[in-house]
Amino acid sequence: MTILLSVQGITKRFGGLQALTRITFDLPEGQILGLIGPNGAGKTTLFNAINGVFPPEEGRIIFRGKDVTRAKTYDMAHMGLARTHQIVRPLNELTVRENVMVGACFGREKHGLDKAGKIADDVLEFIGLNRGDQLAGSLNIAQKKRLEMARALAAQPYLLLLDEVLAGLNPSEVDGMIQTVLNIRKRGITIIMIEHLMKAVMGISDRIIVLDYGTQIAEGTPEEIVNHPKVIEAYLGDPRLAQKLMEGEE
Amino acid sequence: MNILEVKDVVSGYGEVQILWGSTLSLQAGKVTCLVGGNGVGKTTLLRTTMGLIRPWQGSIHFEGQDVSRLPPYTKADLGLVLVPEGRQLFTDMSVVENLEMGASNKRARSKMKQNLERVYEMFPRLKERTGQKAGTMSGGEQQMLAVARGIMADPKVLMIDELSLGLAPVLVLALFESLRKLRDLGITILLVEQNVQMALAISDYGYVLSEGRIKMEGPSRQLIKDEHVRSTYLGL
Repeated sequence: MTILLSVQGITKRFGGLQALTRITFDLPEGQILGLIGPNGAGKTTLFNAINGVFPPEEGRIIFRGKDVTRAKTYDMAHMGLARTHQIVRPLNELTVRENVMVGACFGREKHGLDKAGKIADDVLEFIGLNRGDQLAGSLNIAQKKRLEMARALAAQPYLLLLDEVLAGLNPSEVDGMIQTVLNIRKRGITIIMIEHLMKAVMGISDRIIVLDYGTQIAEGTPEEIVNHPKVIEAYLGDPRLAQKLMEGEE
Repeated sequence: MNILEVKDVVSGYGEVQILWGSTLSLQAGKVTCLVGGNGVGKTTLLRTTMGLIRPWQGSIHFEGQDVSRLPPYTKADLGLVLVPEGRQLFTDMSVVENLEMGASNKRARSKMKQNLERVYEMFPRLKERTGQKAGTMSGGEQQMLAVARGIMADPKVLMIDELSLGLAPVLVLALFESLRKLRDLGITILLVEQNVQMALAISDYGYVLSEGRIKMEGPSRQLIKDEHVRSTYLGL
């Protein structure tokens, strides 16, 4: 089992706020890692630390054997890391195909336009978005989410970070997107996904990490996670405090 | 008697549909909670009820009157008041100025003095800090101020979006206890919370929202013991 990504004790602060505290995990190649936790737990911040948006103050990030702790986002893209954003960010005035070509031009290999065009066509077919000539701004939200993924895939990453790709989709679109994520993994791409839709993340993750207030409160298989007392407390609240509140009434 | 009835409401933002037909009603004088995980539509349901978002379909009745299409300020005049998520205080204004801003509707203006005494009695900490800039207070104090500003609007129904988010447990307990005092003043409360345990412990009746739909409802004392609540939450 080759470790693709190793996150070793990373800590991130924003002013007085400790956004991440000593996050540590190894991600083997070919796995899907689910990243869950209540609002403000630090999930997107962890993505931003891994892909170089906000480098951590402490700890190390090793990607494919290299220390990438201080690497810039564009360097990470060349090294084989791609991501999607929770709020989709298409280049609205470009066509769908051109948007996807951007991923290929600035991804793992700096392809020229011809090759980038071919990759874009392949990826669009794979992702099921046959609207290459349409302006990206004219897509509906489900299509924009697919475009966001297509652009990331066109970068030909080893590791793909997916930030809430299911949010805002209707139930049948959700099913389609889950299938797409599984197909991406079949292509040999390792995935970390932040997801609030628990049914989905529990269903497709090999392992899950739970963050709460910037700390890693649990890691394990989906079965281990749903029975973990700290996870239940993070999601549902502290039963002892609730008991106290009820006693105050009586 | 149901003071607020939200029926089959469908809404969202732009082209993103969040609510897929949500129905709930508030019994006057009671505390009702709406719980559910991240991103299931709790805040959207409150914002739609308040009129910050127009419902795409469905209806909202307040004291028997159809208010589905009324703007938020008109609803506030009628006595439907929202304490928004993230407090949304006027951070450069003092505590008392923030409180006065809450009393901007006509009914509330005439009762400003009386309501000010009420909130100072409920939250003595605010009385100690009347002149302090809101933005310089702690998170818990700011949350108190947000609730207090809502009370200044002289609500019949007070909707609170995330009372406990990001607060230390001791403050959480104190804030929840203050809800009881509000209820005893005759204010009907709709509480949206991520902290399910606390929300069910304080409320009379609860709704569980999941994927834009109400998945369960019932008396809170029953829901708090119900394993299905947990599984709805954790997606099993």
